[in-house]
Amino acid sequence: MSDHDAHVDEHFAGSNKLFTSIWVWLLVLTLLEIFLAYRPMQLHFMLTILLGLSLIKAFLIMAYFMHLKFERLSLILTLIPALVVCILLLLVFFPDSFRSQGLRYQYKEQPPVAPAPLEEP
Amino acid sequence: MSTEAQAGHFPAMDWEGGAFPYRVGHRKLGMWLFIVSDSLTFSALLIGYSYLRASNVWPTPFPFYPSIVFSSVMTFCLLSSSLTMVFGVSASSKGDKAKARKWILLTIVFGVAFIVLHLIEWQHLLHEGLRPFYLPEHWVQVFSVNGVPPSPLFGATFFAITGLHMFHVATGAIYLLVVAARINKLKHEDVEISGLYWHFVDLVWMFVFPLIYIMSVDIGGHLAAAPH
Repeated sequence: MSDHDAHVDEHFAGSNKLFTSIWVWLLVLTLLEIFLAYRPMQLHFMLTILLGLSLIKAFLIMAYFMHLKFERLSLILTLIPALVVCILLLLVFFPDSFRSQGLRYQYKEQPPVAPAPLEEP
Repeated sequence: MSTEAQAGHFPAMDWEGGAFPYRVGHRKLGMWLFIVSDSLTFSALLIGYSYLRASNVWPTPFPFYPSIVFSSVMTFCLLSSSLTMVFGVSASSKGDKAKARKWILLTIVFGVAFIVLHLIEWQHLLHEGLRPFYLPEHWVQVFSVNGVPPSPLFGATFFAITGLHMFHVATGAIYLLVVAARINKLKHEDVEISGLYWHFVDLVWMFVFPLIYIMSVDIGGHLAAAPH
């Protein structure tokens, strides 16, 4: 076995300038999300855009800050697809939540209310 | 790209012993596997929360000030802490331990700022009367739809998800404090691993912030207009 086989990749790719520009992009995307919060739009549309932006931010952080882009492809393929599949399995339940919307118990009286606030105004 | 590519180097050689599969040490691989499992924990909580939201009348009580302002500053704090952490890992890779320690301490400062702001946010909501299983009475009045009152689980989902995240930030801050204190005895890989954990905490917030805060913005200021 040569030394190369036992070598752990210690090379840390990416300059400080690159990281700063990624940070700026993350801030821009965050400001965009906050701006969109106050735009009137349909719920599904808003949710799709927000999740899309969050996924982009997540991939930027994973690829550059967590250095995943510079690791071996086999590590990415081991970690990410399994995670994505498990999340998709969780999402399978959503049609059930839409179905149960119509089955909500119709209150005949108000539900219990909160106890008195911590201090009197 | 990785620097160890050689002619005739087959991936199968990674598994024949004497090599590091994936070319990372076992500690780093362990941290990655932990991050994947913790991502699933947060995914389960967030998707459970989304399920509840999709099937119930849900209050949207967050005013621009203080809720959205505070949570935006908190997001800025976490993003900046990720940047300082990356600078710290970069300094550590060049062997500059003193500089790495300074960047890590700055990361901790941002993390603590996040926790303090978050606790103040919690205190605002608790003061209004929000509890894990009760809504304040004026929220029930304002956010009822066709006589159906909003779900009291707003509090449960809010405190559980943000509380678990805050716990991760706090333990991350302690972890980083230990790394900063012992940095001269630690290898660069260990600093990198602590960085991975911290970026994961930031990553989770990238999902918590839009789903919990932005989706519950009080557009139109209904709550402020209501007498209470």
